[in-house]
Amino acid sequence: MPKLSIRGGVHPDEHKLTNEITITRVPTPERLYLPLKQHIGAPAAPDKVIHEIIHKGQIIARAQGSVSANIHAPCSGYVEQITDWAAPHPSGLPTRTMVLVNDGRELRDDVSTPVNPLFLRPEVIAERVSQAGIVGLGGATFPSAVKLTLGQSRNTPVLIINGCECEPYLTCDDRLMQERTQAVMDGIQLLAQALYGPDTIIAIERNKPEAIRLMEIACKDFGNIRVMAVPTRYPMGSEKQLIEYITGRQVPAGKLSADIGVTLHNISTAYAISNAVRHGKPLTHRIVTVAGDAVKRPGNYEVPIGMLISDLLAFCGLKEEPQRILMGGPMMGQALPHAEIPITKGCNGVLAMSRAEVKNSTEHPCIRCASCVDACPIGLSPLTMAAMLKKDKLDQAVDIGLKDCILCGSCSFACPSAIPLVHYFNYGKGELLIRGQQQQKDDEIKRLIQGRQVRMAQQEKEKEEMIAKRMQAIAKRKAAEKAAAEQNSEKEIA
Amino acid sequence: MIEGIATLATLGFTLGLFLALAARFLKVEADPIVDDITAMLPGSNCGQCGFAGCGQAAEAMAEGTATLDICPPGGKGLIENLAARLGVDWDFSNSTTNTVPMLAYVQEATCIGCTRCFKACPTDAIIGAPKQMHSVIDSACNGCTLCIDVCPTECLQMVEVKTTLTNWRWNKPLPLAQLPLAA
Repeated sequence: MPKLSIRGGVHPDEHKLTNEITITRVPTPERLYLPLKQHIGAPAAPDKVIHEIIHKGQIIARAQGSVSANIHAPCSGYVEQITDWAAPHPSGLPTRTMVLVNDGRELRDDVSTPVNPLFLRPEVIAERVSQAGIVGLGGATFPSAVKLTLGQSRNTPVLIINGCECEPYLTCDDRLMQERTQAVMDGIQLLAQALYGPDTIIAIERNKPEAIRLMEIACKDFGNIRVMAVPTRYPMGSEKQLIEYITGRQVPAGKLSADIGVTLHNISTAYAISNAVRHGKPLTHRIVTVAGDAVKRPGNYEVPIGMLISDLLAFCGLKEEPQRILMGGPMMGQALPHAEIPITKGCNGVLAMSRAEVKNSTEHPCIRCASCVDACPIGLSPLTMAAMLKKDKLDQAVDIGLKDCILCGSCSFACPSAIPLVHYFNYGKGELLIRGQQQQKDDEIKRLIQGRQVRMAQQEKEKEEMIAKRMQAIAKRKAAEKAAAEQNSEKEIA
Repeated sequence: MIEGIATLATLGFTLGLFLALAARFLKVEADPIVDDITAMLPGSNCGQCGFAGCGQAAEAMAEGTATLDICPPGGKGLIENLAARLGVDWDFSNSTTNTVPMLAYVQEATCIGCTRCFKACPTDAIIGAPKQMHSVIDSACNGCTLCIDVCPTECLQMVEVKTTLTNWRWNKPLPLAQLPLAA
């Protein structure tokens, strides 16, 4: 039986003003910028060369290794260049990006789709999901097919469909459930089919009554699929929090949800899976919430992946120059350095904040009120961890749970002194990552140094042996010459 | 003559036996802390610390005659590990040594393919062939600078490791400015 709510959490102003505006399809711009890495895992490798003609939906870059995803062309046209372009990342550092030119002809190869994909074997569904390049569209961008295969091998008895959308401002999943109920439902059925028919729960926060109503009607005919209305509390939609709320079981630190028998997918992912498996359409478009006070026409937009945020904002219109541009929601989204950055698979929202909307509160000393401790959904002590990180005591911070922090930002939100707590944890996690990388490099270099020393010793030994051999050969020859000379002299004497 | 040989042989044998026994029974145990520190150090014996090699530097650190920040290839991570092993607090703000990681870089225009650098490289990080341009494998270079000294054309230079998406990290939040106390 689920608990009353999750531990901790906060309740920020919802700002879900776009939840009654119909999804608008955005026309494909002249150029699309598709980074080769839009997912967790190895970057995809380009499968098309510069100036090669492409059709809509064709694979332009192929997955590399087991955790990776294909990338498809959202338009027809040609590949203009493969270059370094600003990544959707707070640093705005360049990443390998394929630039496509749209010819506007929407040419598409014929695709054969199975008559009824619900009769397909689970492995085949996973294979089609993998081919379509689908990743977790809630923002985690973990390849969905890998998750499905894992769920198949572990035989997870519970499938949770995450329709919580607990971030303020964002309404893209809400709109999908309201407008494209049948397609979302189809995707959920396919997911259930791929996991050998588990107990399926669609979790939706109570602030989306219309979506709950429509989804409940849609799953009336299915015994094993049901809707569960969950309390409106941030971060309800975080994987581990939602699983604990629904199943009453915690995902242990450092383990996967599949380890406790749960597979979790997002509403948008289910929709993309229906498109891919039912209609043979790979992941080339996604629904993005565009909001913020600087936007003239906020709403939900169906955007081709690779469209620049500046193009999208131009389409939606701007009331004023945005003070801050966020990718994702206001709690966990990344502030971008500029708008010349493409929309990628994991981008569920673009927020253009006006000057009045951006809070610029000054930091004050910690008053030890423990608001952050109450707000932490994991049960950590953010004020202690931040104090340790302030003094670079990384090990101590790890000991009290830095690795378990999900960076949800509830602590920063709750702090009355405006201490940038989550920034400290971002910093600490970054340092940990660098430390790991450095350790790996050090070990590798030690191995190289030892390898070289062994090789050098071997070469030295071989050299000595060769010299010894040569000396022996010379000695032998000299002895032979001597013997011959003696024989000759003996002959002469004889 | 036989007497002489016998004398020297006996002498040699006795002294040898004495030394062998001394080595066995009067052995000086090496300080385990030195071994630990040697294992932490890169082991490329580059000499940037001013000591002949990593072993000597480790001894000096164990004795406390050398500071913990003398090893540029080891960087910040090494200092943290050393401080933890030696049980000392290390304040990075006092450190004068550059802890920014560096890499060797071959300037293609001036490389004459003399092969000296890759013979000097302790980590086999430089590849090339006689009269062919050489190049540094970034992932194998620990910035020991041994190649810099042997290059006849000064085409080898140390450059800072570039920030990319894989090694970018959040900066530390600025410390809270001293707030004026309310009167």
